[in-house]
Amino acid sequence: MSDADVIYKTDALIAEDIDQYLEVHQHKTMLRFITCGSVDDGKSTLIGRLLYDSKMIFEDQLAALESDSRKVGTQGQEIDFALLVDGLAAEREQGITIDVAYRFFATEKRKFIVADTPGHEQYTRNMVTGASTADLAVILIDARKGVLTQTRRHSYLAHLIGIRNIVLAVNKMDLVDYSQEIFDTIVGEYTDFANSIGISSFTAIPISGFKGDNITGLSDHTPWYGGPALMEHLETVEVDQVSDQEKPFRMAVQWVNRPNLDFRGFSGQIATGIVKVGDAVRVLPSGKTSTIARIVTMPGGAGPASGSGGDGDLDTAVAGQSVTLCFADEVDCSRGDVIAAADNPPQAADQFEATIVWMADEEMLPGRPYWLKLGTQTVTATIQQPKYQVNVNTMEHLAAKTLDLNAIGIANLATDRQIVFEPYERNRTLGGFILIDKITNATVAAGMLHFSLRRAQNVHWQATDVSREFHAGLKNQRPAVLWFTGLSGAGKSTIANIVEKKLARMNRHTFLLDGDNVRHGLNKDLGFTDADRVENIRRVGEVARLMTDAGLVVITAFISPFRAEREMVRQMMQPGEFIEVHIDTPLADAEARDVKGLYKKARSGELKNFTGIDSPYEPPEDPEIRIDTTTLTAEQAAEEIVRRLIP
Amino acid sequence: MQINGEAMLDSKRLTHLERLEAESIHILREVVAEAEKPVMLYSVGKDSAVMLHLARKAFYPSPPPFPLLHVDTTWKFRAMYDLRDRMARESGMELLVYHNPEAQERGINPFDHGALHTDMWKTEGLKQALNLYGFDAAFGGARRDEEKSRAKERIFSFRTASHGWDPKNQRPELWNLYNAKKNKGESIRVFPISNWTELDIWQYIHLNDVPIVPLYFAAERPTVERDGMLLMVDDDRFPLKDGEEPVMRSIRFRTLGCYPLTGAVESKARTLPEIIQETLLTTTSERQGRAIDKDAGGAGMEKKKQEGYF
Repeated sequence: MSDADVIYKTDALIAEDIDQYLEVHQHKTMLRFITCGSVDDGKSTLIGRLLYDSKMIFEDQLAALESDSRKVGTQGQEIDFALLVDGLAAEREQGITIDVAYRFFATEKRKFIVADTPGHEQYTRNMVTGASTADLAVILIDARKGVLTQTRRHSYLAHLIGIRNIVLAVNKMDLVDYSQEIFDTIVGEYTDFANSIGISSFTAIPISGFKGDNITGLSDHTPWYGGPALMEHLETVEVDQVSDQEKPFRMAVQWVNRPNLDFRGFSGQIATGIVKVGDAVRVLPSGKTSTIARIVTMPGGAGPASGSGGDGDLDTAVAGQSVTLCFADEVDCSRGDVIAAADNPPQAADQFEATIVWMADEEMLPGRPYWLKLGTQTVTATIQQPKYQVNVNTMEHLAAKTLDLNAIGIANLATDRQIVFEPYERNRTLGGFILIDKITNATVAAGMLHFSLRRAQNVHWQATDVSREFHAGLKNQRPAVLWFTGLSGAGKSTIANIVEKKLARMNRHTFLLDGDNVRHGLNKDLGFTDADRVENIRRVGEVARLMTDAGLVVITAFISPFRAEREMVRQMMQPGEFIEVHIDTPLADAEARDVKGLYKKARSGELKNFTGIDSPYEPPEDPEIRIDTTTLTAEQAAEEIVRRLIP
Repeated sequence: MQINGEAMLDSKRLTHLERLEAESIHILREVVAEAEKPVMLYSVGKDSAVMLHLARKAFYPSPPPFPLLHVDTTWKFRAMYDLRDRMARESGMELLVYHNPEAQERGINPFDHGALHTDMWKTEGLKQALNLYGFDAAFGGARRDEEKSRAKERIFSFRTASHGWDPKNQRPELWNLYNAKKNKGESIRVFPISNWTELDIWQYIHLNDVPIVPLYFAAERPTVERDGMLLMVDDDRFPLKDGEEPVMRSIRFRTLGCYPLTGAVESKARTLPEIIQETLLTTTSERQGRAIDKDAGGAGMEKKKQEGYF
């Protein structure tokens, strides 16, 4: 066991100077990694070896191991390290690992958590689960077999889940006479593959888990290998935690801490970045801003998380820490909200493209509502038919109507309300999600958001048997939207009303959507900010579209001041069905009429965001119909519009 | 926060204990946010002590918003009852103590009833208490490094209405996203310190001055040696066999349970660093002092858990 000297040297310190030892171990960091390989690659043996060599195995366990090795071991009279690792009774009988198990060992530099995941094809979900919390992946290869299908699969999954530290452990070197040529060939073949799927770097190490070569120290059997040994690499490789701190500050609020009226704190674990007292922050999705007044943790004890020798409050907290933040102002904030750097906040959206890993026996149902949990937000989501499925063995894209157990696909999804997110590659916490079946409550999928979709790229439509053409045919008319736009007081509602009466007399099926009326109902939650005006128009556009599907002639009377939104509505409609009607009245005329007294209020400052006064009106550049109200009466205008609609 | 010189100065590498602490606090808060009626199972041992400390940290300045539940066997060490009552007072939490009435009535005890003692007081007692109060989530201080079947158990571990565990049908746990939605009748056992090792626990107790039962420290105590175990004569219910005479020995406990079932080790370790030193130099695993794991070979604990043991 000469290789184990590196680890064992700490023992002397334990016996001689425990305080010094504790001081060293107090400053250890942590590395979480996964081992990927098939039953035959010696994965359990390697983990057992790591535990053994870092002295994590006690005498009583060793005695049991020796007796088990003789009874059920696969290594003859030698110790079968795999038996240390294979936990559940059923697995021990089958001689295989069937789930994700976590193992622990430590050296003087680091504590390690190993997710032991199976290599069977049907257990993709277990590997993705184990990889989701890992800083590093060890991909095991049997030196006698080289790069196999499963090697490609494991590498693809590790890369998919965003692990940047990949170790290629070429195992069982003892069975190929420690041949450099074989090692080099395998590394060459793997390099080509890794590059093809976007893995830019990896560390290849020739090892024998069974014999202990290049595990804790460099082996005499591989003089041609310059290092590092596996353990040395695991002890020194940089974890993502540091780069996470360099990103903009984000913390998902888990819980509002309100013990009494004098204290209101927001508890969560910082996802990325650094936060300091005095920092300006923004609460998403509301967008409200405030300043960090306190970063609270419990006082007492020289606790590791206090960072300042026992003081409860911190000056600074970093990604990874669980803290409670207090704001300088009373700002609404609750579970599901995200507190972020004020000058660099994440976005909110409700439609996304995502990678989805299906983990349930029951296949995915496009269109069915699932719970989606991302950070501390839980919403309802529906998924469209996948754009394609990825064959994890060949990386080929396959057409797919659904995803079944262990399938990985790319699909669009929509949530019932906006969620605060970031692309997974930038932020695991705000980009990674799970889907939960609403009936069984099982976790059925894991997913990674790529980006949000623009509004127009909409969710898949439910096909209906009674088509819009049929609806229109029944009414013996061509559906259309007469979209009136113009200043307040221009005469939109008056003219629209006359138009509708004329059409009704002509047996046309119509419906008038009037701005003031809609704001009393459908849009009563909206104000007059630019954002609310946009949303107001979007909703009216959606309603108008549904009505045209029903075969109606829709007349709308909204100021609709922005070109972009009128254009957005135009894009929603079938070609030719959107008829923009500009009720063109000079501002001075509209203001002189002022039938509702609104201009007066706006001029006095009593009414904010009034179109034409302190909020812009963008007239149409090329409307289908332009009505000059300085030359036409309302009746004449209506006559003209009907004549243009029904020649 | 831009990437600039100033921001970089503030960045720091979290230690393993800081990462573990932050993870545990995150778990505790998720349960409180999503469960209807959580409870913390408090066994008064060192793992419970750390779990309670983490809970107090997670919700400070509020007291943890759930009660402590001690499923008692009446056979714990006296020093454990003292610390239990003190910690409930200090944390400002409600303490619920549950005794299985049937076990009490039948006078079930570890001397006369062997395995039935654990089964009735602990396994049955726990089920009864959870049903009685209607708790839907119970925190437990189990660690994955304790035992092989624990290594595969999720942090959120679901139990059927009859409190059984199905190791083959566990929900995948990804990132730090926990699915706390449960079906009717189901309850959740949550293990916030799953990823801690025994050494992590000791180091954390040391660094944070977490109060623990004095029995973990060596002292002269009355003992008898029986079946290869050193047992402490904690009160006069201990039936001495013919010829048995309590002997004063300098002992301590590595793990605490019912005093007649818990073996002591001879030790001079009177400070935490000395305890840690002894723990690191020792060559037997922690639970060896407990009789419970020895049944049914390597699968003993797994079998117990399927039947509803925590």
